[in-house]
Amino acid sequence: MDMTPFVDVAFLILTFFIMATKFKPPEPVEITTPKSVSTTELPESNAVLVTIDKEGKVYFTVLSEKNQGIFDDVINSVNTSRNLGLTSAEKLNYRKTYMVGVGFGQLKQVLDMPADKQKDLKQPGIPVDTTGGDLTYWIQAAKAAFAGQSLKYMIKGDNSSKYPVFKDVIEGFKKNDVYKYNLITSPEDAPAGTELYTQRRKAG
Amino acid sequence: MSQIEGGGDEGHKKGPGVKKAKKLSTRVDMTPMVDLGFLLITFFIFTTTMSSPKAMNLNMPKDTKNQDELNKAKESGALTIMIGKDNGVYYYEGQLLPDGSNFKSATFSTIREEIINKKKDVMKSHVHDGSCPEIWAKNNGDKTSCLDRDFVVVIKPDQDATYKNTVDILDEMTINNVKRYAMVDITPQEYQVVQATEKNSGK
Repeated sequence: MDMTPFVDVAFLILTFFIMATKFKPPEPVEITTPKSVSTTELPESNAVLVTIDKEGKVYFTVLSEKNQGIFDDVINSVNTSRNLGLTSAEKLNYRKTYMVGVGFGQLKQVLDMPADKQKDLKQPGIPVDTTGGDLTYWIQAAKAAFAGQSLKYMIKGDNSSKYPVFKDVIEGFKKNDVYKYNLITSPEDAPAGTELYTQRRKAG
Repeated sequence: MSQIEGGGDEGHKKGPGVKKAKKLSTRVDMTPMVDLGFLLITFFIFTTTMSSPKAMNLNMPKDTKNQDELNKAKESGALTIMIGKDNGVYYYEGQLLPDGSNFKSATFSTIREEIINKKKDVMKSHVHDGSCPEIWAKNNGDKTSCLDRDFVVVIKPDQDATYKNTVDILDEMTINNVKRYAMVDITPQEYQVVQATEKNSGK
């Protein structure tokens, strides 16, 4: 049997997947996001990401691709506002820290660890409450560090996380006069027969 | 491969006893390569994230204590949706009656219908007034754009609601083109009714 066309197709598919693949960035916590019909693209840089995992733990991440100095600004800012007494080595380590999920009390401990070890650490989550909690200071620091630049605020919540945590996170943003958020969701088609469906059909 | 006798070098006559050089096959065994190919395909299929995540925009109002700054909603055009535990959805139109008689249960598959019905009702009972031309102007003179002006959906997730359900309801707003909606804290009275209903249905 001549397998040539079959093999040809197989390699074509292979090439396609190699080209189309974008590797998932390493994520220390697994999040299954809800679905929505939104089509807005996510910002990849100049953004603040607040993650809520399925146990309701909150993590804070600053995304800045080009300017590493932003990380220094953020950590310096929380260091002074919360009197943490971080050493310069610890501050430098923040650049490599993907996400922070501890209260200010334990921050020093986390930053003492090499960045690749932090992944294995079970972080207890940033304390949030109805007044925003520690998260407020992080957002404040990020907002100040990105002053004059565009900054998006993203919230990535797990399907099974509870609403009160989400509300507390929003509260943390509101404390800093941030009222516009991007909720990260997986895409979904508009259900047939609805108004949005008709609209999108018309628009082509 | 077929050979043509007496053509080219192959057919060159050699003396007796001279053996023809054994022809090596030019065909390579492709099996291992194909195996590897499929292995890679499988690997990439599994690791690839085909649908990149999308952002859903959410705007929250600034907290204000000043009653004058609050947006007033017409009672006739208001639909309040409450989200409880175990994917429970509850709704009422207008104000919640003291005896809770207009409090109704729904599911995530039926709530869309309720939203659409309520929207239709509101659009039917629409009365033109001075604020309409302004809305028409914003929508390129579309005279139907003012009809649902009074339609407001109030979303009230309670303490047991999941984030998924909250996003789902927010998504319904986009799906059904609800222009005015707000996410508000649930009142103790409403929470009580929701809990009582959940208890009755065995949740």
